[in-house]
Amino acid sequence: MIGIKSYGAYIPYYRLSRSEIAKTWGGPALPGEKAVANQDEDSITMAVEAAFDCTRGIDGANIDGLFFASTTSPYKEKQCSTIIATVLDMGKEIRTADFADCLRAGTTALRAALDAVKAGSAKNILVTAADCRLAYPYSMLEQSLGDAAACFLIGDSDVAVEIEDCLSISYEITDVWRTDEDDFVREWEERWVITHGYSQNVEEAASAIMKRNGLSAKDFAKAVIYGPDPRSHAALVRRLGFEENQVQDTLFATIGNTGTPSAPLMLVAALEEAKAGDNILFASYGDGADAFILKVTEQIERIRERRGVKIHLASKALLPSYGKYLSFRKLVQLPPQALRGTGSATIMWRTKNWVLGCHASKCRKCGLITYPIQRVCYGCQAKDDYDEISLSREKGTLFTFSLDNIASGGINPPIIQSVVRFQGGTQFYCMMTDCDPKEVRVDMPVEMTLRRLHEEANFHNYFWKCRPPREGG
Amino acid sequence: MESIRDKVAIIGMGCTRFGELWEKGTDDLIVEAAYEAYEDAGIDPNDIQAAWVGTVASGMMGECLSTPLKLRNIPVTHVENACATGHEALRNACFAVASGMYDIVLALGFEKLKDTGLGGLGVGRGLHPTLEMRRTAPGTFAFIATRYFHTYGLTPEQGKQTIAKIAVKNHHNGSLHPKAHFRREVTLEQVINAPIIAWPLGLFDCCPTTDGAAAAIVVPAAMAKRFRQDPIYIKGIGLSSAQLLPHFRPNFGWTSFTVNKEASRQAYEQAGIKDPRKEISVACVHDCFTITELVIYEDLGFSPVGRAKEDVDAGTFTLEGELPIQSDGGLKSFGHPIGASGLRMTYETYKQLQGKCDVRQIKNARLGLSHTLGGPPQVSCVTIVGNSLG
Repeated sequence: MIGIKSYGAYIPYYRLSRSEIAKTWGGPALPGEKAVANQDEDSITMAVEAAFDCTRGIDGANIDGLFFASTTSPYKEKQCSTIIATVLDMGKEIRTADFADCLRAGTTALRAALDAVKAGSAKNILVTAADCRLAYPYSMLEQSLGDAAACFLIGDSDVAVEIEDCLSISYEITDVWRTDEDDFVREWEERWVITHGYSQNVEEAASAIMKRNGLSAKDFAKAVIYGPDPRSHAALVRRLGFEENQVQDTLFATIGNTGTPSAPLMLVAALEEAKAGDNILFASYGDGADAFILKVTEQIERIRERRGVKIHLASKALLPSYGKYLSFRKLVQLPPQALRGTGSATIMWRTKNWVLGCHASKCRKCGLITYPIQRVCYGCQAKDDYDEISLSREKGTLFTFSLDNIASGGINPPIIQSVVRFQGGTQFYCMMTDCDPKEVRVDMPVEMTLRRLHEEANFHNYFWKCRPPREGG
Repeated sequence: MESIRDKVAIIGMGCTRFGELWEKGTDDLIVEAAYEAYEDAGIDPNDIQAAWVGTVASGMMGECLSTPLKLRNIPVTHVENACATGHEALRNACFAVASGMYDIVLALGFEKLKDTGLGGLGVGRGLHPTLEMRRTAPGTFAFIATRYFHTYGLTPEQGKQTIAKIAVKNHHNGSLHPKAHFRREVTLEQVINAPIIAWPLGLFDCCPTTDGAAAAIVVPAAMAKRFRQDPIYIKGIGLSSAQLLPHFRPNFGWTSFTVNKEASRQAYEQAGIKDPRKEISVACVHDCFTITELVIYEDLGFSPVGRAKEDVDAGTFTLEGELPIQSDGGLKSFGHPIGASGLRMTYETYKQLQGKCDVRQIKNARLGLSHTLGGPPQVSCVTIVGNSLG
């Protein structure tokens, strides 16, 4: 049987209270808060996080492919899934593809993975979805949109969730869009958008797949159905015949409408509570709709060790102001940075194993692990006699640090300069992110996280930072 | 292996005023330092047979020296070794003279830092696009402070108070030197309460960014007295380079630097020094940050490991103390034009051994040590001079 072997999610550490936005612009505030990607995050880094969460205990080298779905790809021309796969150490002989431009791209990628596995051309494929959409400042949509990522491993054995059927509808409508020149999401009049876009399409797809399988609402333990806002969502699930206790929450109050990963994230949240035998109706929307019938298996218990939605939701900090959010998303012109730039595509290509893969060299003679990769061992001078090992999933402690007020060039100081110590004495110099400077202590536990550092040479330069483990609380 | 001890002598030195010299360019700095050295040595510019010039970022090739000075087609070499650059120029000049190849050579170091529009040295180091992208000098040296305080059980307050005393001392000494960048005393409270640059380091824990140049004329020891009655002899020069950025060095402890120990060991051995704390009359060490000076006390063998605080509290290193350190104010107060600093320190030890330091004069100064620590930090140079042979 083909289905979901594992799930993972990522929700940024920072949240912005909707009342903080309303306080700036005046006018009403929607309840709750939205998840906001840090200034060093984008859809690629968030997808990486979700993929790491999904592949806990799974060797990336055993996965046959990686798909990336997003409407906010950091590149118009250049594949993002290759970057993510390199970070995950998946090797070269894999298939990669980016699915773009539609809020439904996440479930489209899921279907493509399903079809590939069904056809026997791949054993398993990792499907990531991430978005970091911008709404016009001052618009009500600004309070709605949040940032997040989700990930599923699709395979043909030991599945935790069987995918029993799926159905797609393609439907031309200009309801929510961005042209190739737009930075901010545009919408037509909301009543029409909801009636003839969202509600009509999702209802049609959900009804059709239930009918095709001879099922009705009462046959499902959970209905995981995308919702652009709680009111439209509630109306739709009611029309489909679901009771309140069957309906998976949209996470709108805590994260916001996260776009492409929105429905997948809801599914992760549902699976965290699901038990073997549960039937789930899963549907997403965007220029049509995708609907799936899922059945949870005993294997679900095997993949409980995930941060998923629950732990990521609990681990958070509120942004102190709307201004901070503006600076994170570069929605205002900030003072120019005086960096000593050395951007170079060739250097980044030559060093990608340790830049993206976080590879250190482990000496075959003396065992010393040194980052970045050293051809001559720092410990015993053995030449070209090492194995590459990745530090990306290693936990370390903060050996020493500084709260550097000048390194950020005045934008959101201080930079938490950090030296991370790993087992065996390996030291890694980097910045710390997602942490209140007041909480930083010598010897505190830290983990690694890939972040976007800068745009030197006119492309995105990714590198590792450390952060306190996102373990809730 | 031979020793450099007593093989060569310095017969003339020059040093510009240090500071934010907005009105002076690199050529002005070079001309002023070189001509003071010529005059001090009593030589003509055309007596120079070879030259070494040190700068980290203010010039290229030997030509950056030969053009302002119009040196007539002699060999001129540009050397660079981060903050040890000035020392490196002197070191190369000394070894060239010791080889017997040249009799009269010039070593000059300079840096023009105040043309960048930046308050400090800027952000981002190294040649890789991401590896050290937000590294700053204060941010790196603060690692030492954080870990030193932690290792030796000092609270941040105790630690900051200890290093603040170093700033107070160095500002006092600098206030007595007419060429120093800062000629102003500061109080302990001012230092402790100053704005944080890179916690735990505050403004007064950091040396300034400074323009300046310094120069030396080096000749064989046997010829020295033809030029002057009080030449200063090179007793030892040690240089040590590390193998990896400390930030990525496995098991590196951040409280001590092997390059400091090794460079001083080499220099002490050449100079025949057994107990540096007792034998050295005056030292100018690399106080780019106050915490750096604290660990240097231990690395160079002036204080027991982990106990430099006791010497700071006892005033061991003040002008009146057992071993005066930074008698000219150090990098902290005199300033730190990177390529010039090793030669500026040597200028101070040279003048001290000649007894020409006025109110700062240290009695019976016989052996002077200067020390530079470069990179983040990866290279160390220790130069020892004496005012008599043997």
